[in-house]
Amino acid sequence: METAEIRIGVYICHCGINIASTVDVDRVRDSISQLPNVIVSRDFKYMCSDPGQELVIRDIKEKGLNRIVLASCSPRMHEPTFRMTIQQAGLNPYCLEMANIREQCSWVHEDREYATEKAVKLVSAAVAKVSLLEPLEEKEVEVRPEALVIGGGIAGIQASLDIADAGFKVYLVERESSIGGHMAQLDKTFPTLDCSACILTPKMVEVERHPNIELLSYSEVTEVSGYIGNFHLKVRKKPRYIAMDKCTGCGMCAEACRMKGRIISEFDVGMGKRSVPYIPFPYAVPSKYTIDPENCLFITKGKCGKSPACKDACSSDAVDFEQKEEIVELDVGTIVVATGFDLFDAREKPEYGYGLYDNVLSGLEFERLVSSSGPTQGKIIIDGKEPKNVVFIQCVGSRDKSVGNEYCSRVCCMYTAKQAHLIHEKLPDAKLTVFYMDIRAFGKGYEEFYDRVREEGVRYIRGNVSEIIKKGDRLLVMAEDTLIGEPVDIEADLVVLATGIVPRRDVKEVANLLKISQSPDGFFLEGHPKMRPVDTATDGIYLAGCAQGPKDIPDTVAQAKGAASSAMTKMARGKVKVEVTTASVDAFVCRGCGRCVEVCEYGAPNLEEVEPGILVSQINDSICKGCGACSVACPSGAISMKHFKNEQILSQIAAVI
Amino acid sequence: MSEEFEPNIVGFACNWCSYAGADLAGTSRMKYPPNIRIIRVMCSGRVSPAFILKAFQMGADGVLVTGCHPGDCHYIAGNLKCEKTMGTTRKLIDVLGIGEERLRLEWVSASEGSKFADVVTDFTNRIRGLGPLSGKSQG
Repeated sequence: METAEIRIGVYICHCGINIASTVDVDRVRDSISQLPNVIVSRDFKYMCSDPGQELVIRDIKEKGLNRIVLASCSPRMHEPTFRMTIQQAGLNPYCLEMANIREQCSWVHEDREYATEKAVKLVSAAVAKVSLLEPLEEKEVEVRPEALVIGGGIAGIQASLDIADAGFKVYLVERESSIGGHMAQLDKTFPTLDCSACILTPKMVEVERHPNIELLSYSEVTEVSGYIGNFHLKVRKKPRYIAMDKCTGCGMCAEACRMKGRIISEFDVGMGKRSVPYIPFPYAVPSKYTIDPENCLFITKGKCGKSPACKDACSSDAVDFEQKEEIVELDVGTIVVATGFDLFDAREKPEYGYGLYDNVLSGLEFERLVSSSGPTQGKIIIDGKEPKNVVFIQCVGSRDKSVGNEYCSRVCCMYTAKQAHLIHEKLPDAKLTVFYMDIRAFGKGYEEFYDRVREEGVRYIRGNVSEIIKKGDRLLVMAEDTLIGEPVDIEADLVVLATGIVPRRDVKEVANLLKISQSPDGFFLEGHPKMRPVDTATDGIYLAGCAQGPKDIPDTVAQAKGAASSAMTKMARGKVKVEVTTASVDAFVCRGCGRCVEVCEYGAPNLEEVEPGILVSQINDSICKGCGACSVACPSGAISMKHFKNEQILSQIAAVI
Repeated sequence: MSEEFEPNIVGFACNWCSYAGADLAGTSRMKYPPNIRIIRVMCSGRVSPAFILKAFQMGADGVLVTGCHPGDCHYIAGNLKCEKTMGTTRKLIDVLGIGEERLRLEWVSASEGSKFADVVTDFTNRIRGLGPLSGKSQG
């Protein structure tokens, strides 16, 4: 234990005017300079700038400071910065305490007098605590060179490929029987009109063939424990009832199935039918069949004719009704979460008649209709006829407080423009009308594409549709043109709703599983909206794609590459610094009651018999996460939480009041 | 300063959810009364009854403890342990004559900046209504 005199330097940041306009920085500096052990108390315009940090370094060297207080922004923002600063000057990085006088003072208060008084208290508390802080030895743990990617849409595929290409092992877990995600369901992609399958399929095949990628399809992550470098996972592989190693993907089972053509195809979002044994789409990866247990006669009723038709039809004897689910345990160093999105359910907007009228389609249903791999081979046929009048409605479920979605889904303006173009291409005589609030054509080439579609004759009317009603066998779309302030009624034989992007139904469960947070819109919360857009608050877990918020394909791919790169950075170094603020036991005070063992979620404390009949708790600090629960539970006060010791917190309490 | 009673309020916020929620209130420039001074702990489960008693002993008129929502705790269940501890602490301070309404526990997530501001505003007003903690011994 260090016995040298405590010499504190206090630095109060103006943060331009962010702090200084509400807090009287001069007064804070002067009051703090009166406190015991404070050798210097200074203010500076921007403490995080180079000259600001230099100031601290120079003072440490010249004035022999050994404890530093930074009164500035949140420690969540710049604690790592200033720990590095004082380390450069030769101090232990844990000899720093920050007073949050921006996020928790100047930004939330208006009265200069009160805000200044509060800032003085907050800085005094930091001074009190820093006097009692002890240098701690930094610790590094190894990062396993394996990554888990959850979700096999384009985000998960891209992240997996990048990580695998860098030489690390990737476990890609996909819930459905094939990877591909929503992108596989799309026909063309805006604004370039690349065929979605044509640009996606090569990547899917690459995933399957990549020596560093292990694809766990039709599987779900059920348990996650551990921390950066060493996550331990359990993955549930659901039974396909078809042996992967035997199935050749020939499709004879689906042909023979007694339920053939009677099961709604999820991939075609209800627009097509399938058998009980299925591959979701022709270019599925893996190209192996799966028996849908919910609709299989043999599985649900125990009987399918004399014997299951699929089993009889399979020439490679792959059908196996004895298959059971399997739990696979994995250890990985990093995790990329790419769980994607759901589409807004347009039934929540009953005025559009979705679910009531067959010729009101969601955006995704239209994709399947227009896709050459779809149920009509790409022919746009509604009620047996080609539609002559098509109306598109934008912002269905987006920018709409009435359904709880304030945000813009970012893709609907452009996918509507693309869909209008596709109809124009196939049915040049069709009259196409788009109802919109604002057109957001922000991406590269988007505005140009929107212009092109308008030149093709697509009519854009600014206004909200109030109702769609049936008129004979057609639809009557009733709206108001808000630019000229007059009602417009348009007869249509097809209405396409630009349904927006919403968080996955089970987003909450996934957030709990991974211990990551959600933003108010329900999507996963990034570490910082600008500076850490792919990180989560949990080290080693990164976000990619629409799981973090609505995005188009280019942004999704870019973010996936970012998430992959963040994961790779940790794995390439192979080591990562971990928190050293763990609990420790004073063996002389410990009476061996075991309350710490009971209360710890991780099994870090253990009672050891140090002498015959004498039990003492010992805490394994590589298991300890530093929550401090044991320190609260310990009846004899033997356990202290490094950096958050009782006396340190008590000194803060005394100083803030 | 105004003549109205301005209470001293000590806040404890867990690093992962509530402290981040408090930061978000700041980043979003939401406003709440300046009476609260927040002390950061890694987990609400770190808040010992001793801290609460010390705060009241030093002259706090109210103590607000905030943690992650149940199921969201970074340390699995530290928030639930906190809930239990605060339950007993509340009984204890009631016996001591402090009054259990002067200690409040709230769940605030990292995205609930507005909830944080609302909770602080409401709690400050409540404590203002209760008046100063009488018979407090300083030091």
